[in-house]
Amino acid sequence: MADPMRIRAKAKDGGVNVKILMAHEMETGQRKDSAGKPIPAHFIQHVSVTWQGKVVLSANWGPAISKNPFLEFDFKGGKKGDKIQVTWTDNKGDTRTDEATIN
Amino acid sequence: MDQTRRNVLRAGGGASLFALLAAAGMLQPEAAFAADWNQKAFAAKNVKDALDALGAGNPANSNDIIMTAPEIAENGAVVPVAAESKIPGTESIAFLIAKNPTALAASFDIPAGTEAAVSTRVKLAQTTDVHVLVKAQGKYYMTKKEIKVTIGGCGG
Repeated sequence: MADPMRIRAKAKDGGVNVKILMAHEMETGQRKDSAGKPIPAHFIQHVSVTWQGKVVLSANWGPAISKNPFLEFDFKGGKKGDKIQVTWTDNKGDTRTDEATIN
Repeated sequence: MDQTRRNVLRAGGGASLFALLAAAGMLQPEAAFAADWNQKAFAAKNVKDALDALGAGNPANSNDIIMTAPEIAENGAVVPVAAESKIPGTESIAFLIAKNPTALAASFDIPAGTEAAVSTRVKLAQTTDVHVLVKAQGKYYMTKKEIKVTIGGCGG
């Protein structure tokens, strides 16, 4: 199981600023190990962020996103105390969901 | 002849079993997302093929897309990039990296109520143009910027 994400959601000016740091190798499939064998690709393919059951951002990623991916965006409507959920799924079918409270 | 017929039947049976499993939600989430994740676009080796696979054709250049990225990236493995679209009705923002092994890096869907601006970090294999593709009201717009890389992000 992958490590938890670090999520910061901050209310400002009627909107919410969301910053997410995920823990993931984001292996491209281009690299070789010390024996010269290719290291298989392992990367997050899909990310979605929901607030009150509504998707506020969804993303499809390729392996060109950096290791331990960072993501920042803003949405309107959320307020202090509300919760947001972030879910990622990688190309091996691993998935992780974390929740954060807007402050 | 009979043997061929038997093989065809067997292949057909396998395919319908797969469809049944998919319908019943028995397969990995990976398979469920596969429809959403544009395999062809993410496999494209250059910007033009990626644009074709996304159905973007030949997007118009736009000054209403603001891309924030460093001129020079010391470490190609972690390059902060941000894009903001001032085009009304922006539905999606995608990053394409011309000289990476595969061009399409990420595609973000922007629902109504979400600001048309995202920041993330990407890997650059070498000095390259980075394109931002915006879809707004069914039309595509693009802007680009060159980022110089001193150490690549895709080698080992």
